Amino acid sequence: MKFGIIVFPGSNCDRDVAYVTREILQQPTRMVWHQDSDLSDIDVVVIPGGFSYGDYLRCGAIARFSSAMKATIDHANRGGKVLGICNGFQILTEAGLLPGALVRNRDLHFICDRVPIKVEQTHLPWTQKYRQGQVITLPIAHGEGCYYADAQTLSELEANRQILFRYSSPEGVIDDINNPNGSLNNIAGICNQAGNILGLMPHPERASDPVLGDLDGVILFQGLLEATVAAIA
Amino acid sequence: MVSSSTAPFSPEEIASEGLKPGEYEDIVQRLGRHPNRAELGMFGVMWSEHCCYKNSRPLLKQFPTQGDRILVGPGENAGVVDLGDGLQLAFKIESHNHPSAVEPFQGAATGVGGILRDIFTMGARPIAVLNSLRFGALEDARTRHIFHGVVAGIAHYGNCFGVPTVGGEVYFDPAYSGNPLVNAMALGLMETSTIVKSGAAGVGNPVLYVGSTTGRDGMGGASFASAELSDESEADRPAVQVGDPFLEKSLVEACLEAFKTGAVVAAQDMGAAGITCSTSEMAAKGGVGIELDLDLIPVRETGMEPYEYLLSESQERMLFVAEAGREQELIDIFERWGLHAVVAGSVIEEPLVRILFSGGSAAEIPATALADNTPIYHRDLLAEPPEYARQAWTWTMDALPPCTMNGLTMPSEAGGSEQHYTWTDILLTLLDAPTIASKSWVYRQYDHQVQNNTVLLPGDADAAIIRLRPLEPPIHPSTHPPIHPSTPQKGVAATVDCNARHVYLNPYEGAKAAVAEAARNLSCVGADPLAVTDNLNFGSPEKPIGYWQLAESCRGLADACRIFSTPVTGGNVSLYNETLDKDGAPQPIYPTPVVGMVGLIPDLSKVCGQGWRQTGDVIYLLGAPLAQAAGPMADSSPKESAVTLGGSEYLAVIHQTVAGQPPRLDVDLELKVQAACRTGIRQGWVRSAHDCAEGGTAIALAEACISGEKGAILQLDLSAAQLSESTLRWDLLLFGEGGSRILVSVAPDSLLDWEAYLQETLGNTWERLGVVGDSQTPLSIQTRDQQRILEASLPQMRDRWGHGIERRLDV
Repeated sequence: MKFGIIVFPGSNCDRDVAYVTREILQQPTRMVWHQDSDLSDIDVVVIPGGFSYGDYLRCGAIARFSSAMKATIDHANRGGKVLGICNGFQILTEAGLLPGALVRNRDLHFICDRVPIKVEQTHLPWTQKYRQGQVITLPIAHGEGCYYADAQTLSELEANRQILFRYSSPEGVIDDINNPNGSLNNIAGICNQAGNILGLMPHPERASDPVLGDLDGVILFQGLLEATVAAIA
Repeated sequence: MVSSSTAPFSPEEIASEGLKPGEYEDIVQRLGRHPNRAELGMFGVMWSEHCCYKNSRPLLKQFPTQGDRILVGPGENAGVVDLGDGLQLAFKIESHNHPSAVEPFQGAATGVGGILRDIFTMGARPIAVLNSLRFGALEDARTRHIFHGVVAGIAHYGNCFGVPTVGGEVYFDPAYSGNPLVNAMALGLMETSTIVKSGAAGVGNPVLYVGSTTGRDGMGGASFASAELSDESEADRPAVQVGDPFLEKSLVEACLEAFKTGAVVAAQDMGAAGITCSTSEMAAKGGVGIELDLDLIPVRETGMEPYEYLLSESQERMLFVAEAGREQELIDIFERWGLHAVVAGSVIEEPLVRILFSGGSAAEIPATALADNTPIYHRDLLAEPPEYARQAWTWTMDALPPCTMNGLTMPSEAGGSEQHYTWTDILLTLLDAPTIASKSWVYRQYDHQVQNNTVLLPGDADAAIIRLRPLEPPIHPSTHPPIHPSTPQKGVAATVDCNARHVYLNPYEGAKAAVAEAARNLSCVGADPLAVTDNLNFGSPEKPIGYWQLAESCRGLADACRIFSTPVTGGNVSLYNETLDKDGAPQPIYPTPVVGMVGLIPDLSKVCGQGWRQTGDVIYLLGAPLAQAAGPMADSSPKESAVTLGGSEYLAVIHQTVAGQPPRLDVDLELKVQAACRTGIRQGWVRSAHDCAEGGTAIALAEACISGEKGAILQLDLSAAQLSESTLRWDLLLFGEGGSRILVSVAPDSLLDWEAYLQETLGNTWERLGVVGDSQTPLSIQTRDQQRILEASLPQMRDRWGHGIERRLDV
């Protein structure tokens, strides 16, 4: 399974994702410069975390106009997989590949922490290796991670089982106390209706290395690989 | 001899550049003529303390700078140490105190930006940042504003740049009210095959200006940083630069790519004194000259004069000397990253800095006159310690109210009734003190995990640990053996330390203790201390007391760095940290020589944090034993002793007293304790280690409980009967500082090996204190016959410790 990781000026988690896909998972991985427009060799496009173009205007607002993003939209429309992490999630909403928006955290501060996340759906390759309702711990690091969408969009997301990850208590309780950034419906990650595009604020690539301890994130990547192997077999 | 009375400048104009009348005479002598305005400005910034160390250079000379692992010592943009296996670490600390006082957010942000540039200018990729911060008391509204701004500024720059901010220290004390200290330390892993130096070479080689544009921001920041702050300092806000971390992120990528081409002969970051400093230092170091045409410099505003170009401290700029004929290669790389890179001059044979503007010469100065042959002031050291210190040293514990096993009765305040406090009350009060309380409000705002190498998280250990892993494929694969799962992975540990109250009370002992504490913190995570970068934050050296503090601290640092075999590879000097009060009386800060230290971890599987790991593990105290140090034999005379309440956090917080002699370092004991701790960790015996610092052993115990989410039952080697007869000071026993103490926990099945080892190496300077409990167990300190001295539950401690800072911000 070949990963393509898009590199914008200001991306800063690009090498972290490449380390996981290339070194830990031993998968072919290519860095894709934002001016490139050919993604034909790529199976999974990853839009990594960081501050694309400095994010001075609005997170992801400029990145969406890049050549690589246009190619990503084509890739997604062909059913190809797209994973947006943190700034990548913001870019996916700006590009219209995912609904809603990410706004300033409720307390207005950047938050870097490890938080409990409840896996809400396991019917897709992204989450198939987790248990339904499993509470995992993932690192977060963002200033604008508060998920916002209008009421109708939210009810569609719920109805279509597009909310894959929610902030929760360690016991799985979904409430306001266990919501680090004020996201509506405690949303930490969603997919599109077809399920081939995932955007999430937590960083699974930061919980994928045995040397560093936490390993709840690598399961996402492993699930993706197994689904593909199964599909080929 | 030209007299300044015939100078084309008024004494006020000369003074406004930060130059003294005598220095102006020196300038005229070096030039053989009067300078023009641009030249006067160049001398003003280059002869500032910030750039030329005119007050501190004679003192800095005594630092040890050589060692087996030292690849680059003081004088370059950063120091470099050899970590083996082809891994080389660049690191340095720098201050941004004055800018942060008048414009906290940008001041702190650009402080981080500056230190990151120092690192990648060498060809290293920044892998971690630490901060040493000092603020006034949080009860003061202006301090809260500065604190908010500084933390947000550091977060803004580091997070966007993509470097993890992994550790540091934060102190609160009224001594820093108008003059916060913001020291940032950065570490980087060399990514180029050779270390990029700053000496210009090759007459005829082009000089490239790269990075951002030049504007009027940050005019004369170096001079501003070398004068006292006053009511009018707010008007100096234009002297504070504005940072663009996104641009710097592009700059690091472009620079490292450019260095790898081999077409860059030399590089220098444009920090303090911008174009002036970079041209003169590169020329002086290379023994050549540089000619630079200001008309070629990319600008962000029009109509600037040479004076403004030369003194601008616009951020994210660098100067390169390139190999002739290869400049286009470099320009292409920078343009790919959306950055400027222009040929703006060349290396010339005459050792001059020659600045061209509008077709004529705007300045022409011998490079060494700006960067090398600069003024030095040898000042006289006070013959005996100053009055304030001698007065403080007369303090003894006799001044404290009497105490018993049950606590302390404080005398009444203004006619009120006496108040009794148990030792548990005192413990909880200290846990709530902002200097001791959790710093999570701060580090939660810093991305401390980006780059995926953070082994221990902030708050979990006495030092930060970063896994060493090249982020880019190495240029020479042979120097980086492939990493097999079976070969141990290396790490680097880093810490910044200084107990400035101790330094204030005794600069020599306090500075030594800062080095010892840094080495102890590294030992507590299992690292071998390697080298030091220091940040000297002091008041005015022109005053006898200020100079005494500086000189005595430098002597202490030098002695201690020799003792711990940790050479100094560079650092920063920030003097004139004083604020003028309404009456114009200078209020100096505590002398604060911050020690940044790095250490090597040979095997990342052999490290440990500060929290208890396992219920049933046995707790030991290495270093001066508790009862022995505080018992009836304890010395209450004013002379220095190893464990004392002098200068302690307990004395300051509970008794509002800053007095006494701080702890005196027992070098032999310190070295042995640190070695024992490292050995214990590497043998797998020791599962947690935490040094006893502010608040003494009781606070260290509480922190180990909170961090490990487990209580502990401790028994002192004294019975209640023995104690009631003695004149023991319970506060000294619980909260006394010093004594080279480290608290460790050990798995029960390792006890025999561990104790045999301790007996052999530490003799009688260790003791078994108790046992780790579970999450329901309180922290309980008892006598041998189980009389309770202190008992606090985990939730109680966590609540007070966890909200000590936040609680004071919600007003």
